Parts: sequence; structure tokens; C-alpha cells
Amino acid sequence: MTETQNILHKSWQLKSTEAEVKKVACEVLKTLEDHEFGEDTVFAVHLSLEEAFINAIKHGNHDDPQKNISVECLITPGKFDISITDEGFGFDPNGVPDPRCSSNLYKSCGRGVLLIRSYMDVVEYNSRGNCIHMVKYRKGEKGADSEKKPS
Amino acid sequence: MDKINPNLSLEFRGPVVIATLTDEKILDEDQLQGLEGSFLPLIEQTPQIQLIIDFSNVKFLTSSVLGLLIRISKKVHETEGTLRLCSISPKILDVFRITRLDKIFEILSDVDDAMVGLKK
Repeated sequence: MTETQNILHKSWQLKSTEAEVKKVACEVLKTLEDHEFGEDTVFAVHLSLEEAFINAIKHGNHDDPQKNISVECLITPGKFDISITDEGFGFDPNGVPDPRCSSNLYKSCGRGVLLIRSYMDVVEYNSRGNCIHMVKYRKGEKGADSEKKPS
Repeated sequence: MDKINPNLSLEFRGPVVIATLTDEKILDEDQLQGLEGSFLPLIEQTPQIQLIIDFSNVKFLTSSVLGLLIRISKKVHETEGTLRLCSISPKILDVFRITRLDKIFEILSDVDDAMVGLKK
């Protein structure tokens, strides 16, 4: 099977609510499970999806259910690739304080971006900072970090 | 064992409170609010609480749960209590390690280990 044989290639325009994004997460995760991406990869994608959706709903769209979230997902035999865009003003991902610093360790938020970076193989933002692009390769594929534990 | 919330069971072993999270996945806002609404009053009403949170059922959580645990920990320390976490699966433990929260929480292998050294 080659990279060009897509398992799933789909776009969604969602209302900015937990219920809406949950449907997409379920469909994506079921597709990965059905195509035997492995427990560790499915866990990594699940966690990163949840964190990215929470950020889009809360920080991007400020819990406004009238706003939208756009999702474009491509799953091939070798990788999971997704872009999630909210309607917010965006943020500077390099300006997010490191939650592992002793001064931030007792803060009750701010760990989502760190977790996404730890579990995904590629994490990129657009220049405005309102779109995250994440890639996770199937274990053993070129570019996969999943041979090692998340760090 | 008392089920004070659909997502939480409580067991009292003498002065020690063992709170077992009953859901496999903790990710919804409703679940989090329910847990916070159960834990915080329990801690406020039990000065110097000795609280063990048992994660044996939990297979998935998000960073929002870590935030809740920090708020619980702060409340426990305000009331001069003790908080321990136990039975955390290897995948969830990785989440604690990545965020370095394994350095600030006492994490034990199971409930029996977590009971060691607590007042009985």
C-alpha cells in the first residue's frame, strides 16, 4: 500500500462545542483503531486531539458556540495528519510559559501545548496562531518518534 | 463504599478517605465539574484529611484533570491534610512525567502502599 492510498480524507465545519468535536474525535480514533495504528499511537492522537480541541473552543473561540472550528484530516496507511482552525485572534505558541518550570508547576492550566508537542511527531502553527497542524506517523514509519517514549 | 457522584466512589478506612475515580476516560467538562464539586467540599469539611485518589479505573485523561488535581492538592494543603495518588497506569504516568507533576504529587503503586505511614 502506498502513501497515496488514503484511508480517510475529510473536512468538517463544526460549531465550537464539546459535543461537536467529540463526534470528529470518535470517527478519527475509530478509523485509526480499525486500521491497527497501535495502542500507543491511538493514545497519543486522542490526547493531542482533545488538547487541541479544548484550546480551540476555550482559548480560540472563547466558549462561543456560535463560532466555528474547521478540521481537515488525512489518514494514510503511514500517518495521521490533521489541521484544526478556530476563529480566534491566534496566539504565539513560542510565548507559552513552560509549565515544567518551578514557578509554573502549581498552575492549574497551560499544559496542553506541551503535551501535544510531546506526543505528536510534527506540530506547526500558522502565522496568525489560530491553526494547528499535527502529524503522527505509524510506529516504524520514517519520521516516527513513536519508537521512543513521549518526552 | 459510597458513591457520592456518578464519577467517584468513596471508602473510609478509619480516618483515611479513599476516593476511586470510576470512569475509564475523564475528559468532559461535566465530569470535571462533578468531580470538583465532590472533592472540594469533602476536603473543606474534613480538616487534615488523609486523601488517597485511586486511578485504577482510569485509562485516559486530559490536562484539565491535571489542573483539577492541582486545585485539590492546594485545598488539601490549606487544610493541612495529606494527598496521595495511586494505581496510575503506565500511559497516564507518562503524562505526569512529561508535565513533571510526578515531582509534586506523592504517587504510589496501589492503595495498600498509599496507606503506609498514614494515621489509622
